Amino acid sequence: MSNSINIEHVIKRYGDVTIIPDLSVNIKNGEFFTLLGPSGCGKTTLLRMIAGFNSIEGGTIQFDDKVINEISAHKRNIGMVFQNYAIFPHLTVRQNVEYGLKIRRMHKPEMKKRVDEILDVVKITGYQERLPERLSGGQQQRVALARAIVIHPSVLLMDEPLSNLDAKLRIEMRSAIREVQKKVGITTVYVTHDQEEALAISDRIAIMNEGVIQQIATPEQLYTRPNNIFVSTFIGHSNLFGGTYHRDPSGAFITFKNGFQIAIPEMVQDYQDHEEVIISVRPEEFMLSEEGIEVTIKNRTFLGKFTNYELDFEKGMVIENQPSIEYSQDLGQSARIFDEGETIRLLPNKNKINVFTKCGKHSLIKGCDES
Amino acid sequence: MKTKKLFRFDFWNIVTLIIVVVFALFLIYPLFSLFASGFKDSETQAFTLDNFARFFQKKYYLRTLWHSFLVTTCTTILAVAIGAPLAYFTTVYKVKLKGLIDILIIISMLSPPFIGAYSWIVLGGRSGIVTKFFRNVFGIETPSVYGFGGILLVLTLKLYPYIYLYTKGALKKVDSSLSEAAESLGCNPFRKITTVIIPLIAPTILAGSLLVFMNALADFGTPMLIGEGYTVMPVLIYSEFISEVGGKANFAAALAVILVIITGVMFLGQKYVVNKKSFTMSSLRPIQEQKLHGWKNVLMHTMIAIVVFLSIIPQLTVVFTSFKATKGAMFTDGFSLESYKSIFSNLGSSILNTYKFGIVAIVIIVFVAMFIAYITTRRRSWITNIIDSMTMFPYIIPGSVLGITLLLAFNRKPMLLSGTAFIIILAFVVRRLPYTLRSSSAILYQISPSMEEAAISLGDSPVKTFFKVTAIMMLPGVVSGAILSWITIINELSASVILYTGSTRTMSVAIYTEVIRSSYGTAAALASILTLTTVISLLLFFKLTGKKEISL
Repeated sequence: MSNSINIEHVIKRYGDVTIIPDLSVNIKNGEFFTLLGPSGCGKTTLLRMIAGFNSIEGGTIQFDDKVINEISAHKRNIGMVFQNYAIFPHLTVRQNVEYGLKIRRMHKPEMKKRVDEILDVVKITGYQERLPERLSGGQQQRVALARAIVIHPSVLLMDEPLSNLDAKLRIEMRSAIREVQKKVGITTVYVTHDQEEALAISDRIAIMNEGVIQQIATPEQLYTRPNNIFVSTFIGHSNLFGGTYHRDPSGAFITFKNGFQIAIPEMVQDYQDHEEVIISVRPEEFMLSEEGIEVTIKNRTFLGKFTNYELDFEKGMVIENQPSIEYSQDLGQSARIFDEGETIRLLPNKNKINVFTKCGKHSLIKGCDES
Repeated sequence: MKTKKLFRFDFWNIVTLIIVVVFALFLIYPLFSLFASGFKDSETQAFTLDNFARFFQKKYYLRTLWHSFLVTTCTTILAVAIGAPLAYFTTVYKVKLKGLIDILIIISMLSPPFIGAYSWIVLGGRSGIVTKFFRNVFGIETPSVYGFGGILLVLTLKLYPYIYLYTKGALKKVDSSLSEAAESLGCNPFRKITTVIIPLIAPTILAGSLLVFMNALADFGTPMLIGEGYTVMPVLIYSEFISEVGGKANFAAALAVILVIITGVMFLGQKYVVNKKSFTMSSLRPIQEQKLHGWKNVLMHTMIAIVVFLSIIPQLTVVFTSFKATKGAMFTDGFSLESYKSIFSNLGSSILNTYKFGIVAIVIIVFVAMFIAYITTRRRSWITNIIDSMTMFPYIIPGSVLGITLLLAFNRKPMLLSGTAFIIILAFVVRRLPYTLRSSSAILYQISPSMEEAAISLGDSPVKTFFKVTAIMMLPGVVSGAILSWITIINELSASVILYTGSTRTMSVAIYTEVIRSSYGTAAALASILTLTTVISLLLFFKLTGKKEISL
């Protein structure tokens, strides 16, 4: 029933403006695949190309091995959930869900069975006779989901479906979507700009920027081993330091600008000695240690489980133009909370931190640089 | 215990009070007089139902009602059949010269309806240009433009723009994701129109049709000029009232009451549909227009061109014939400025009157509309609610009925106003206030009250705040509404034709009387001036609002 989606070298242009220069990705059958990126990165454009609402200027999109470039949207057998739900306001909940089945001329008894089933799965059986304007945002979202899934589409496409909901409902709905998707086992392409949502819901994520895929990986991989600086700073917070790469027979290590050295076991061994690099350390990858680098606490924000400190490193150590340099202290593991102005010693975790080439486009961690 | 003061003399309470008094005097009292005289015997002034009984017993009168219904219903159906598809095509597909098409359609809508009737008579009437051409060249008799067919033709071409603009507005609110959702569910383009698009815009089309129905029912100029033996209600009222002045005024009043009841029901129906049946839609991404190819594209453009050409024919005819040479009432070969010379020497006062009365009326309308808009949106109480509902009256009172109403109410001392300029201006204000009022209220809803509160907190008095802050921010809405009021004022015929006297004749009345006298050359010249004023005002409207559309 469900398909894989194979996108090979597709191009999207609007007049003279190229939105997607050359993009390829394979989405596996049954996978929950997310396109994540800042606004204007081309993620929705790509989704609408898969749906058939945007033309394709080059390359091919296949459902399994069937090229769908020239098939019009209404013949692609897709299920789509829109950002604003796009529930038909003149039809009741049940009529909305039935709509696609009626188009397919399904027999009444079977249609009833299918609709009942799906209304139950998305938990809106109680509202089936209502008109959409009398539904809350979350309920409308459930109708949209049911309407898209009930036709047993080849693929399910979702365009920022949760962005109009409040924070609490968003969390509730994202587990509902994930649960329904697993139950039905349908290939799903999900577009969002919310990284937390993407990490929580996806099997795999493609990070996009300016029409180019930066990295495709599982949520864990993306967070712990980003491919480049864009990914490392887009997903979560990363503190960036200037440094140099070194190697000797015992292995590869890096030197911070203040002379502090640390061996990185998972770093590649064949990079140019003494070459400048960028070191990326997440706030929770610092440890309090007498062997660490001396820093002053500029500002403290108490967040309960964690305490966030804004840090002042020795001049010239950090890359310029970053929003802030932070250390996040786990309250369960700490003796005490420090004060503003206090000096502490922090040691980066050599197994966790990431190192990138000076241009920021490649990772120097083993197995992390596909391009 | 706190005592609640019933009335405080602040600025807005005084304004409210004045408006209530003015409404009572110039709207409620006349309407009440109309109703009352409908129930009075013309001889004895005693209460009677005879006037109504007479209407419902005589076949002639009932046939008039039937005529009205028939021609109005057919007009409405045709207007929908033309206006709705036209709106769909121009919204969904790329159409060449779309801006021009819209402007031409709006011009044809806002020009006085009797100009349409007049032009079709000049073209296809007994001695019309087209009629003669076919008779002399081919020996063929063209179908008559008089009677039912003529009224239908003129009213349809005049009123389909309402459906067009309404439908267009509704289609703009349909988010393209709804259409895409239907497609993603496997719906083909044709089925998409029938199962999604049409149900979504149906309430709007219905509301628009009721509006067209009301307008067609109330129209006086068209059936009067082109209807000939085909009498409809407004014409009957007019002739009953005018023919034996005073004698049958009570019967005319009874007829007017019947007509007002019908339009009132229509109006309530329209409001109900708009409030209850229409869907609240907001479109983040309106429908994108697509390009049609090949013969479909040619066919679509041809159809649109035909419709637009037909609707603009009256204006073209009027301008063209105004430069024709005339001999007495007849057009002769060749061109001259004779007609213009003649109107400036004989009918110059009517041109002046139109502008004079129009400007006075528009100034009054602007102030009254701003005050009413303010008290009904910011000072809600049961009194302002009543004022709000009273401002709806002009919608349901046909112009000829309003004329009779004012004349009946103000033809005696101490309120002897008949024959004065005041009564004409009064009719203008009452009939055309709603355009300015509605756009003033609409913009006021968008202005946050905190702006005024800020000014007051900084030490301004409420009155000063209104004139220095609120009024200035309301200006764009007020001006766009005022231009519409202005355009419809200078084209007003059905009330002024009842209220005018020799010295208060306006341009549209003069055109009407010239056509009745078969003096087509002078009528055309006057109509050209009127059309030119309308077009300039309309272009000013587009310029000031920065829009290419109009909402009525």
